[in-house]
Amino acid sequence: MADAPQLPDEAETRARWGNFAWTPENAVKAQEIMGRYPAGRQLSCSIPYLDLAQRQVGAETNTQGWLPIPVIEFVARELGVPYIRIFEVATFYTMFNLVPVGRYHVQVCGTTPCMLRGSDDVMAACKARGMKKGHTTEDGLFTLTEVECMGNCSSAPMVQINDDNFEDLDYDRTLVILDALARGESPKTGTQEPGRHTVEPLGEPTNLAAMETENHDYRGEW
Amino acid sequence: MLADKDRIFTNVYGFQPWNLPAAQKRGDWDKTKDLLALGNDVIIDKIKASGLRGRGGAGFPTGMKWSFMPKEPRPDRPNFLVINADESEPGSCKDREIIRHDPHKLIEGALVAGFAMRARAAYIYIRGEYIREAETLFAAVKEAYDAGLLGKNACKSGYDFDVFVHRGAGAYICGEETAMLESLEGKKGQPRLKPPFPAGAGLYGCPTTVNNVESIAVVPTILRRGPEWFSSFGNENNKGTKLFQISGHVNKPCVVEEAMSIPFRELIEKHCGGIRGGWDNLLAVIPGGSSVPLVPAAQIMDCPMDFDGLRALGSGLGTAAIIVMDKSTDVVRAISRLSYFYKHESCGQCTPCREGTGWMWRVMERLRTGDADISEIDTLQQVTKQVEGHTICALGDAAAWPIQGLIRHFRPELERRINERQAGNGMQEAAE
Repeated sequence: MADAPQLPDEAETRARWGNFAWTPENAVKAQEIMGRYPAGRQLSCSIPYLDLAQRQVGAETNTQGWLPIPVIEFVARELGVPYIRIFEVATFYTMFNLVPVGRYHVQVCGTTPCMLRGSDDVMAACKARGMKKGHTTEDGLFTLTEVECMGNCSSAPMVQINDDNFEDLDYDRTLVILDALARGESPKTGTQEPGRHTVEPLGEPTNLAAMETENHDYRGEW
Repeated sequence: MLADKDRIFTNVYGFQPWNLPAAQKRGDWDKTKDLLALGNDVIIDKIKASGLRGRGGAGFPTGMKWSFMPKEPRPDRPNFLVINADESEPGSCKDREIIRHDPHKLIEGALVAGFAMRARAAYIYIRGEYIREAETLFAAVKEAYDAGLLGKNACKSGYDFDVFVHRGAGAYICGEETAMLESLEGKKGQPRLKPPFPAGAGLYGCPTTVNNVESIAVVPTILRRGPEWFSSFGNENNKGTKLFQISGHVNKPCVVEEAMSIPFRELIEKHCGGIRGGWDNLLAVIPGGSSVPLVPAAQIMDCPMDFDGLRALGSGLGTAAIIVMDKSTDVVRAISRLSYFYKHESCGQCTPCREGTGWMWRVMERLRTGDADISEIDTLQQVTKQVEGHTICALGDAAAWPIQGLIRHFRPELERRINERQAGNGMQEAAE
């Protein structure tokens, strides 16, 4: 289980977020989410609603977003369930931030497949830019977290920054990405290996070569 | 080597678009109505005949699993299909490629499989970290609805079937089928006691089957080409094609679809450009994702990569996520990092796992630096045996097995570190 976070001061959070409500756009999305589950099973919306709320907080604060207590209470009211049912979900799942994070949440995968391919170097690059695990930089730009396997093992090591993955990293490539983000640019996502498209073997194709140039239909060869 | 024409996931590398028109040109959603017209039981029989075993790790026969579902569901208690796309096992990265590059194979499979088991709807539970992948999946499902392939009278078959996508939020344990159902119901992902099994009381208390993404996505192709075609690949009891995911110390890591039972050496030579530094530099391999014990180089080299071949080595195929380690690897650290993973991901429900995973990780960290006593190796081994089999779900077992594999195959390395450190301390004391 993750280490327990230090929740921010409640009075301040209440003053800032006590009146939280969906934006008109998110209210429509919330309706759509509710439609996916049978009537009376509205608790199924807990995770999607918390995610939506965290994104709304993120949009308002120009960060990845987090979940202040009044926002969690709002979600519980929306679903008509006791607060604890939503709070226990928010604390159980690691993607919900219970404390404020920076503009970019830098999540370095450190599990064994990434470790074998050099995630130590990725972590070192983040530290070289002033980041510290579990902390936000003073300018509010970066929050560094070490996360568990993100499922990009054949293009390891990788980092997920907010909604995007950057794969096939090393020390220098990580610095290039961090510096571009710091300048407000949007660096290329996905693999950073020159000449690689996604997770195919680098170089000469070993299989499915025809697919590289055309949307080949193999049925004629069955 | 498997011929390109026999690969199911032809767009696995994403060189071509994932959208409906492109997928249809590759053969997806082609006369799906005719597949459904085979009838529920014929579809299940064909999948049984194909020898397809579940691709999520346990390898349970897929067709048999479907046959456990009630044949006449009550209107107030419909059958559900839940598709497990919570791919979080360290080393696994195949479902991601299916979802972001070939999502229509999965969605068509959901309809066909759901129809076969008389399900009212399918929920695809995708892990929260797959953000862009989920966007693609949502868009692909919408395409299918807009084209009349899903929903009321799906594919003009007269059958009503819905597919919903549900995003998780970062919890490895939700890949366990009953934890996934809890999570889908909006709760903490803590596994349920079995029985009742999901086929009796699953999602919302209704009969439910949970299948892996790959198991579902291969179904339409198996029906189109016939069960004999699928079972022409692989050794007896280990049939079909499989997405292998190779990571770690190979020259060219990749995801590749190959025939089951392909020898390890052939797989690595053909697709991965060999082991980094040559075959003599191979130390050990974790052949099926982090939850299976590692296998030393000499044993794995010519082993067929399938369920039974790897079980014979005291390991398993799991999800076919192959983590390769060469001789530069700090093997104790590699396994200790996995112990940290299980400590982090334990849901906290059962005491042996909640307390045991943290304890095992702390001892592993001391073994890594040699800051331990020789007798602690045996103590650790005993504790792994006390965790294994004493928890509701298999996470306790999964945390125990990598450590057991390390002790079984690398005990001299553990002892060497302890002895060297003690010798070093002894010298320091003498100097003082």
